[in-house]
Amino acid sequence: MSESATTAVKKRPEFRNINAFTDLPSYRLPLAGLVSILHRVSGAIMFVLMPFIIWMFDTSISSEISFAKFKAAFNVGMLGIPGFLWKLVVLALIWAFLHHSIAGLRHLWSDTHHSAVTKDFGRTSALVTLVLSVSLTLILGAKLFGIY
Amino acid sequence: MAVNYGSKRIVVGAHYGLRDWLAQRVTASLMALFTLLVIAQVILSKGPVGYDVWAGIFSSQWMKVLTFSVIIAMLYHVWVGMRDIWMDYIKPVGTRLGLQVFTMVWLVACAGWSIQVLWRV
Repeated sequence: MSESATTAVKKRPEFRNINAFTDLPSYRLPLAGLVSILHRVSGAIMFVLMPFIIWMFDTSISSEISFAKFKAAFNVGMLGIPGFLWKLVVLALIWAFLHHSIAGLRHLWSDTHHSAVTKDFGRTSALVTLVLSVSLTLILGAKLFGIY
Repeated sequence: MAVNYGSKRIVVGAHYGLRDWLAQRVTASLMALFTLLVIAQVILSKGPVGYDVWAGIFSSQWMKVLTFSVIIAMLYHVWVGMRDIWMDYIKPVGTRLGLQVFTMVWLVACAGWSIQVLWRV
């Protein structure tokens, strides 16, 4: 490209240091973009809560006594925090795991199928991912809170 | 893109190739299959799922060895994922290195704890 051609074009504005609080909420992400950022968020949630996950594995599996302690944490409460709040943490983990898994399978699908790498399929599969993960979360959440 | 090789290479970067990309998918598949296996064992168990059924799933040696492998797979998977997050959002090299070291310590500690629990069953 010659110099004269570039100077004729008006310089495009360049944005740096976007403000996470004012700029990010105003972004209108397509569904595939929403699934993508939630994939990241759900992964980070599971990373942060990993000690809690291992604590659940530990207390639920070590002995009959610790198993009773495990159940009591969610039915009665633990560390001064009522049981339903602990259940809410578990519900967040259930959503994170479901979203991360299903969005991950969507990734694997588009890695192995050329037909999956289209704008339309991206949108449809993103919608399926969101509907599946949210509805499974609601179903398992209802079980967790003893609705059925 | 700025020069990122030789003496200019970012020390807190990734491995610049296929390996981590593929490892992320292989470890993910392994964890997905393992999840199905555990769910199947819970569903196929007889009677209410109490301590005996739950601990019984992890009591056999083959299940312990398999779970161990999945823990290692998860360790690597989460490392790659968290490193990607730090690389995307944290630009100062020192801060990023600190967070990466924290991530490693956090993950190795978690892996050690869960492996200890596993062989206690």
